[in-house]
Amino acid sequence: MYKYDQYDQQMVDTRVAEFRDQVRRRLSGELTEDQFRPLRLQNGLYLQLHAYMLRVAVPYGTLSSAQMKVLGDIADKYDRGYGHFTTRQNIQYNWIKLEDTPDILADLAAVEMHAIQTSGNCIRNISSDQYAGAAADEIVDPRPYAELLRQWSSFHPEFLVLPRKFKIAVIASETDRAAMRLHDIGIKMVKNAAGEIGAQFYVGGGMGRTPMIGPMIREFVPLDQLITYSEACLRVYNRYGRRDNKYKARIKILVHELGKDEYTRQVEEEFAHLLTLPIEPPLAELERIKTHFADPAFDTSATDDLDLSDPDFALWVKTNTHAHKQPGYVIANVSLKPVGGIPGDASADQIRLMAQLAKDYSFDELRVTHAQNIVFPHVKKADLYTLWQALDAAELSAANLDSIGDIIACPGLDYCSLANARSIPVAQKISERFGSAEKQAELGELKLKISGCINACGHHHAGHIGILGVDKKGTENYQLLLGGCEGADTSLGQITGPGFDENGIVDAVEKATGVYLANKEGDERFLDTYRRIGMAPFKEAIYG
Amino acid sequence: MKILTGNDLKTGAVTWWTGVSWSLDVNESADVGDQGVDIIAREEAARNVFAAYVIDGEKTADGVRPAHIKDRIRALGPTVRPDLTLKPSDPSALNWVI
Repeated sequence: MYKYDQYDQQMVDTRVAEFRDQVRRRLSGELTEDQFRPLRLQNGLYLQLHAYMLRVAVPYGTLSSAQMKVLGDIADKYDRGYGHFTTRQNIQYNWIKLEDTPDILADLAAVEMHAIQTSGNCIRNISSDQYAGAAADEIVDPRPYAELLRQWSSFHPEFLVLPRKFKIAVIASETDRAAMRLHDIGIKMVKNAAGEIGAQFYVGGGMGRTPMIGPMIREFVPLDQLITYSEACLRVYNRYGRRDNKYKARIKILVHELGKDEYTRQVEEEFAHLLTLPIEPPLAELERIKTHFADPAFDTSATDDLDLSDPDFALWVKTNTHAHKQPGYVIANVSLKPVGGIPGDASADQIRLMAQLAKDYSFDELRVTHAQNIVFPHVKKADLYTLWQALDAAELSAANLDSIGDIIACPGLDYCSLANARSIPVAQKISERFGSAEKQAELGELKLKISGCINACGHHHAGHIGILGVDKKGTENYQLLLGGCEGADTSLGQITGPGFDENGIVDAVEKATGVYLANKEGDERFLDTYRRIGMAPFKEAIYG
Repeated sequence: MKILTGNDLKTGAVTWWTGVSWSLDVNESADVGDQGVDIIAREEAARNVFAAYVIDGEKTADGVRPAHIKDRIRALGPTVRPDLTLKPSDPSALNWVI
């Protein structure tokens, strides 16, 4: 994985020293809260419902064992013994003290991490496919391109005060595992007819209060123009994005209002101008970055044999592992969604254990997924049972990946100052009602996502079943959506009708799954059946 | 009644104005009447609190209760982690929050 050079390290170390001084000035009264607020937000420090919250960036979801261990140590040393992995592949700590923050950032900097640009109207952490570099179906590892974009977007002086926040995802397979088309810019690495690798650009996607699927604006951008084209996309947005209205300031609104063709025309015009400057880093830099993402030293004699005589292990292998490009290896997913648990939360001990297991069994590497789970990307099949036993002993062996128990949920009103309703208790009730192995097997792949407000951090628009918490005259109310999907066949969920209370929404989910089971044909997933039979039978069952 | 809440500058902890100082216990909240804005200005300037605001509350036989669920959750802690609330050993603590 990528290793900081002297410039990366100096930038991060300098920022820590700068923020330490800013905190000192705030505590001494030299800075007012109005003056300090943008400074702390630039370093990922929010004020949430109960305390300061620190959001730490995990670039394209990739972590080393040493980094993961420090994340666990921070949870113990400075927080309350746990962390929350987010839908942006980051981690958040919920109980941070302002006076500790400079030391936390220094601890992060020591392992090449930071919290820069995890807030504010700037280009946020670049996200990617959690199986990058390991998946059998990718045409190339997307992470070097994501890293190049990270370097370009970090402290980019022109894009630190955009009309609104800006999120970029990079993938490199037909199977979209990063909700690419629901980002401000989605980049899909592709191969053209000549066999050359390039980037396909999708711009203007997003969730939030106005969900939109990003249209493709360029089929193929050569690698030696990747940054220049990205710059052109951002420049047009920066110039014409709606700064007058926060709720219309995302690029999706600009692309929608201009129309895809006009936005594209303007981008192409700006692109042609930028090509004359030139601003593109030399391809040698991309090649340098690529050396950091070389395959680990796989054992080419590793066996594909797997003893599945332990039924619990066999079930976990079936649900939580994914094909690896290297024979004898597998991608192993750790679900942070035990029945009745809090989606995305892990204790300090669990975090450190996963760090150690990655060191022992996954070439020192882990990934955070947008579904709030953890991945061991390179596990030798011969080690898989030992790995699973260690996970099982730490209550990290929930066998429910992509099933109804693998719920994405934002922190909701239990932690978030923006939320209107609690998400986590609803997730807990659903996982308790549907979490048995038998029920999950019966329902198959069913992605359920819950947001506690219209900002959609829980990706409810993209759930096969989505739930949106709203405030209805001072009480929590939950709307049900059906038919969303964040994959290659991205679609947005549709609201079924009037909302429900906390128990009612769980009953409504049960009725919806009942319609699916009654109408399912062959191997259809819930989503397939919904798309075939439409909303009407579901509404009839839920409200009839 | 009108009560005043904010966050401790150093720790970020949710605090409540008692009439003379700030407390972690919502039950110690004082009715600030129409004085809230003035108290906020004074206390924020002294860096005793930040992000303070006035809310509606009700004095009940069991204590002071913020009107809105968001502030009731702020007053106690996350409903999904009773161990992290201000009353970790009181299983009934959640009853008045939700």
